[in-house]
This record gives sequence, structure tokens and C-alpha cells, in this order.
Amino acid sequence: MSRPARALRRVVAVEAVGPYTLLRVERGGADPGTPGQFFMLEAPGRVLPRPMSLCLAPRGELWFLVDPIGPGTRALAELDAGAELHVFGPLGNGFRLDVKRPLLVGGGIGIAPLPYLSEALDRPPAVLGFRTAHHAEAAELLPGAEIVIDPVLVTDAIDPGRDVLACGPEPMLEAVRELAADAQLAWEAPMACGYGACYGCVVEIDGALERLCVEGPVLTACSS
Amino acid sequence: MLLLNASGCLDALTAPEVAAGLDAFVTKTVTPEPREGNSPPRIAETDAGMLNSIGLANPGREAFVGRVLPRLLEVLASPVWVSVGGFSSGDYALTCARLPADHVAAVELNLSCPNVDEAPATAAEIVAACRTATELPLYAKLSPHAWDVGEVVRAVEAAGADGISLVNTLRGLTLDARLSPTLARGAGGYSGPALRPVALAAVHAARRATSLPIVGMGGVASGRDVLEMVACGATHVALGTVLFADPDAALRVRRELADAVRAAGYATVDDAFCAAHADVVSPVN
Repeated sequence: MSRPARALRRVVAVEAVGPYTLLRVERGGADPGTPGQFFMLEAPGRVLPRPMSLCLAPRGELWFLVDPIGPGTRALAELDAGAELHVFGPLGNGFRLDVKRPLLVGGGIGIAPLPYLSEALDRPPAVLGFRTAHHAEAAELLPGAEIVIDPVLVTDAIDPGRDVLACGPEPMLEAVRELAADAQLAWEAPMACGYGACYGCVVEIDGALERLCVEGPVLTACSS
Repeated sequence: MLLLNASGCLDALTAPEVAAGLDAFVTKTVTPEPREGNSPPRIAETDAGMLNSIGLANPGREAFVGRVLPRLLEVLASPVWVSVGGFSSGDYALTCARLPADHVAAVELNLSCPNVDEAPATAAEIVAACRTATELPLYAKLSPHAWDVGEVVRAVEAAGADGISLVNTLRGLTLDARLSPTLARGAGGYSGPALRPVALAAVHAARRATSLPIVGMGGVASGRDVLEMVACGATHVALGTVLFADPDAALRVRRELADAVRAAGYATVDDAFCAAHADVVSPVN
């Protein structure tokens, strides 16, 4: 396996999408990878980069959807067009695309990898859940998706006969797993490095603590 | 001067190309029994560093010697240093005895992990026990918490250490929005840029106590940082937290070092060795 590149990339644009920020970065020679893989983005002024899954890869660009909730994500959201940041990736294991009847399920900022996944699977049906109508504005990144807003939950709208591919907050993923044992679930964990060095991002897989950046972030429900 | 990684900051089997940029690879700490490490979350960023509470996750002595070390030797062209940990001097000594002397370049005794509860024997007792167990060069990795680093350095040297590694992480704590500790374990080891002045002071003090080789580490992130470690008395320098943010750090640091040496008015990095000691007035008491 060839090593993913780490290089300085220029910010093309920073756009508000509901309460989230869409960070558009020049792709350069970077391989966008498969949907569900992630990149480590240098967060200006911070000690550690931040893991972000790829949202879309239109011609010449890499798009990341950022929820500015902490110092690192805020630093990313406050970047100006023309600024440069180190981008390292693609990293980890993405979604398997060999599914027959895909259904994409996303919750909140967890919708981030789904637009790119939707493209790769030829726009299958999708269900997106949000806390508020303001958050739901991010659904514009995935035209045609069914939208549910709290207190309605995505699990109320899942057809268990489908091949579920999901990303969202942990309680949502746990609930999806109960409904669909074969679902592919994209998890999240604090990461320092993203390439298996720090052992910080461990999660329990088949009863053992494993590095999410190496084994995931997409895991099959029955083993996660 | 060798450029190494700080123990625990790199997995050469997962990222051999990063290890290849170093002059030698230092393993994660090997303990007698396998350890899964502490529960997550076990890392947290701070404004000027990071906390970790990995907790010496490792496959244990037998799996390391039988399975991991042979793979490391296969993958790496550079020398392998093995970091050894334990909970009694006998633990450390037994692991040292199990390491094949013809395949391991040096042993670093982790005498100062902040993420395990068991209080080890004194540093000097452990070094003495290991000295009888192996001919390999023994580096004693010390904590920055000691009030008098020089005293600990003299004690481990007298017990048979061949070198000193300074510093391990400092113990630190961060709280989340609800005022609970961010790490599941509570406190963790504090590393990164904030640790650098602490590390420089420790290396500086250690150099006044010994002429043994010293591996300086703690917040080193640039060529200038390496030069400062050497100026304080480090013979070798290790990269830690910076490897998480920049897997190409070794290459970059070497490039920057050449410029930093010139900018400081020296011809080579060796010429700057102990430069920070020239003007220091010894304390009078």
C-alpha cells in the first residue's frame, strides 16, 4: 500500500451550510480515496490536526463539512480563501461499495461522508436526521434525501431489508445496529495522528480495543 | 547525533516509512504481560500540548520477542531500541534478559510512565537489576517530576546505566465542558510544545551531572528545537508528539537543523554541543 500524501493545500472557499461550515480545499495531486475514508486537516494554531471524512470531491477540489464546536474545528471554519493548510490522507477504511439495496443513514454532522458515498453508489435513497430545521439545511448537500427532525428519529424511517450505510452520533449508530446487523457504520473517536501511531482512538471491536484509524472508521455492525 | 522517536509515539509496523526517516526506532514500552491499555477517551488536546493515557498498551514480553521483534527487524533497516517497562525490578530484568543482544541496539528503561498506578522500585534499583541481566546498552528514561534531576542521574549511572533519556511526560489534567476529566482515566501524560522548556531544563541539569550519552526529548518540533537540545547537552534527540501532527517531521527537522546551526553561528551541530553551559554560573550555597 502506498503511503498517503501530506501536502500544503490552498483553501478555495469557506461556505456556511446551516450551522456547519463547508471547507473547500484545492485537491492538487491528492487521491480523494473511497467514501468514508478521512483526511487529517491541520488546524491553524493547534497542536494536533483534526480528522475529517471527505464530503465531496468535485473536479480539482476536496470538500469537508466541519461542525465548529471546539478550538480546532473553529480554527478550520475561520480559514480564509487563499490560506494554506496541511492535508494528510486519505486514511483508514471507507465503506464497502458491493451492496445491492443501499440505504444511506446520517445524523447531524455525521452526514459529512454521505454525499461522496451517494455519488459512488449512484444516488441511492437516504435518510438524514437533524436536531433542528437550521441543522437540516445541510441536507442540501444530498438532494432528494428524506429528512427527519428531532423528536422523529432516523431509525423510525429505516427499512431493515436494505443494506444500511450509516454515519452519525454514537446513540444513533447503536440504534441502527439493533435494526440492521449487517449495516456498515462509520464511527468517530478523538485522534491525534490518524495513521496508527498514537493508539489514542481505540474502540472496542470484537471484545478488544483496536485503533479506529487503522481498523475503521467504517466497521460492520456485527463486529463493532 | 541520532534522531529517534520518543517511545510510544510511533508504530513502525503500521507506518514503516515514518520509522525509516529516523536513525533508530524506539518501540512502545514492553511489559511482562499483554496490556490492552486504559479505556477511551485516552487523548485530549490542550492549548499548548496534549494529554495521553494510553497506559502502556502492548502485546507483552513473549509476544513481543516471538512475533513483533522479528517483524520489526524484517521491516526496518535501522537499529531497534526496545523500551522496557514493568512493576518490579525483576519484571524489567527478565524482559532485558529475553531480548536477543544481536538484534537489539539498546534498551530504554521506562522508569517514569505517568499512566500506570503501580509504583515501581527506585530507578537505580531497576537499572542495577537490568545491568546483571543484559550486556545491551541501558538508557534510563527519567521523569521531569524529580526536583533534583542530577541526583537521579548520578544514581542510575552508579547503578550501571549507559545513557539517560529525558524527559517522559509530565502529569496533567484537562476538564470537559461539564467539568469532568476529559480522559477516562482522569490525569494523563502531558507532552508537546509546553513540555519543551521543562525538557531543556532537565537535559541541562542532567548534563551537569554526567558525561553519559543523553537522549533529549519533550516538545521538539523543529530544527532549532533539536539544536537547543544539543546545546543543553543532548547527544541524541527524539521526536514525540510532533510525529502525530507531521509524519514527515524527521525529514523536515533535519532540513531545518542545517539552517538553524548556521543561523546560530556554528559550522556543525556537534560544535554547538553544550553551548548552553558556557555562560551558566554555578549556584553558590
